[in-house]
Amino acid sequence: MNKAMHLQRFSAAAALCLVVVGMPLAAHADNAKKPAPSNPVWQEECGSCHIAYPPRFLPAESWRSMMGALDRHFGTDASLDARTAATIETFLVQNAKRGKPGQKPDGSILRITETKWFRSEHDEISAAKWKSPAIGSAANCGACHPGADKGSFRERDIKVP
Amino acid sequence: MKQAARIGTLAAALLAASLAQAADPLDAIATAARSDSSFSGFSAERGAALWGRKGKDWSCSTCHTADPRKLGRHTVTGKTIQPMAPVSNPKRFTDAAKVDKWFKRNCRDVFNRECTAQEKGDVITWLRSVTPSSVIP
Ligand code: HEC
Ligand code: HEC
Ligand code: HEC
Repeated sequence: MNKAMHLQRFSAAAALCLVVVGMPLAAHADNAKKPAPSNPVWQEECGSCHIAYPPRFLPAESWRSMMGALDRHFGTDASLDARTAATIETFLVQNAKRGKPGQKPDGSILRITETKWFRSEHDEISAAKWKSPAIGSAANCGACHPGADKGSFRERDIKVP
Repeated sequence: MKQAARIGTLAAALLAASLAQAADPLDAIATAARSDSSFSGFSAERGAALWGRKGKDWSCSTCHTADPRKLGRHTVTGKTIQPMAPVSNPKRFTDAAKVDKWFKRNCRDVFNRECTAQEKGDVITWLRSVTPSSVIP
């Protein structure tokens, strides 16, 4: 085995440790005072084109469908190698929005901004406002929630431009 | 104890050696390009031309700007993208897996196909040749 392979194995093992250690912490972070669940692989890979959208805003079914078609991701190619994708999917599914008991969540919706919850939470914002240059699209959470890239959407921080 | 310490030292030495050897991502691209017998080296001029060439809807410069020393902006999401020229952002083209991943995605988005090794090498060669005083057309 050459040195480069050694290094690869070493970093793979290190990454695995991070994931294994990170998960139980994340799973218990439901309480708003604790930091939002995070995972370094997810943060890096899903935070490169937009903020890393928190897993709690979509049900597991939606995340699974999305992760199964990353090469056709909202009009762009966001493809990943299978191992990285599996790590991220596990994190998303474990921290996903939970449906009410006995109720099957709608996994066909892939956009947070198209969920019923999002629409009713944001119903006072006009169609023109969403399209204004400072915002551009409802998916640009950071335009109004300054802590969005860190997973914080606290009401008292909201500033609509 | 002694043996454990020795193993630790060995592991540290091995890690240091591997890090020192971290290959230039351009080397693997050059190896792939050479498998075409007509390959005669990379060209910064060709790389610069590819940067501004429009494919389906976008060019590389749509998100990365025409001047790769400047901050870019993702054309759909609006997210800021750090500069692409190593003179402004030394982290560029240091991680082969990252370089491969983004060439694959972005060439498909722009040209509807993957870029050839020749094209990737041309782009990297151009971006690395940019200096603070380069004139970008
Ligand atoms: C190559 C760029 C890129 C990468 C990488 C990427 N995305 Fe996206 N994503 C986009 C684009 C473009 C949109 C559409 C944004 C818009 O319409 O404003 C989007 C939209 C989304 C949306 C819907 C937002 C809404 O409207 O509610 C979700 C959720 C999402 N991405 C999740 C992810 C996850 C999870 C990952 C990591 C596996 C990821 N993205 C990685 C480019 C990317
Ligand atoms: C145009 C500005 C704007 C954008 C963009 C926006 N929001 Fe909001 N959001 C608001 C406003 C205003 C409220 C407060 C609504 C209320 O209290 O009635 C809010 C409330 C929320 C809340 C509830 C906060 C609380 O503690 O009550 C969450 C969670 C949230 N938004 C998530 C998101 C996510 C996720 C995105 C991106 C996919 C997003 N928002 C995009 C303006 C925005
Ligand atoms: C739709 C927007 C978009 C377009 C168009 C685009 N890119 Fe990118 N590119 C990105 C984003 C986002 C990143 C990742 C963020 C970062 O690394 O700062 C990236 C990163 C890269 C990287 C990684 C470099 C490194 O070592 O860090 C390369 C290489 C690259 N792009 C090449 C290209 C080429 C070549 C084209 C034209 C064929 C192109 N891009 C077009 C958005 C785009």
